[in-house]
Amino acid sequence: MNLFRNVVFIAAIAGLVAGIALACMQAYATVPLILKAEVYEKAGGGHHHDHTAAANSNAMSSAAPADNAMSSATPASTGAAAPTEDEGWAPADGFERFAFNVVANIVTGIGFALILVAVSEFAGGIGNWRQGVFWGLAGFAVFTLAPGLGLPPELPAMPAAELLPRQIWWISTVAATAVGLGLIAFRKSLPLAILAVVLVVAPHIVGAPQPVSFETAIPEGLHHQFVVAVTLTDLVFWLVLGAGLGVVRGRFAGTATSLRDSFA
Amino acid sequence: MNTASVSLGASVSSQSRIMQLALAALLGIFVVGFVGFSHIDAVHNAAHDYRHSMAFPCH
Repeated sequence: MNLFRNVVFIAAIAGLVAGIALACMQAYATVPLILKAEVYEKAGGGHHHDHTAAANSNAMSSAAPADNAMSSATPASTGAAAPTEDEGWAPADGFERFAFNVVANIVTGIGFALILVAVSEFAGGIGNWRQGVFWGLAGFAVFTLAPGLGLPPELPAMPAAELLPRQIWWISTVAATAVGLGLIAFRKSLPLAILAVVLVVAPHIVGAPQPVSFETAIPEGLHHQFVVAVTLTDLVFWLVLGAGLGVVRGRFAGTATSLRDSFA
Repeated sequence: MNTASVSLGASVSSQSRIMQLALAALLGIFVVGFVGFSHIDAVHNAAHDYRHSMAFPCH
């Protein structure tokens, strides 16, 4: 398990650095926007996205004739049940919440690093920081850009479709985009390149699960700011992760000089 | 490409190489999946801000 140990070691160092960098960026760029959105969420009452939609349909059906009384009773009861279904343990606001966010960033930073190192080793490995930047760009395209087209970063209290179908779409899109980019980058064949384009485009033709109604208390400007902040912080994260992996691997592998010669 | 001879695990056979790399990738997928996609309430709440900030499907 010599190789496995090396991969984990490299991924742990680069993932730690990139995770801490991302946590710092989030503390300034994205988390304040999430906290702002939570003010709207609490004003709306409850945690669930379906609330606004349920309230809407409730108002509409109560305005309708009395034979709709049965259907209006259903959303009202689900609305009443929701607060009790929430919420389980949660970190206290302030330092505890910040600390858990840092931990989540580091752990997943190492997770993404493991994936990136393992995949890149199949293609010869990340030889230096410049190659790492390109691998990082690929990671950004696969894990942020592609799924973000169909499911843009969302703030609390924004309407969204059922969780599971969205997660399935997200994972399928990531997988299809990764395979597509890999085919373009590493197979010199026109039919495979065409297949790659099909793979990258297909999830968006199928379409991401969308909410019934897009109505939300969140101001459009706040959401737009959040989308920009998420996309840019993720971009920097992936660039730092890729470049970091190149540097650490170069220091660690020792044989990197030959890789450097053969690539850059 | 003579990648096997110049990459991280210079001495391992190609089959064991693939196995170990696949294992590392699976470990990474498991870690990201658990933090970002788990339906356990406590995990969701602990990583809540992270999930939103990475545009993972949330709630």
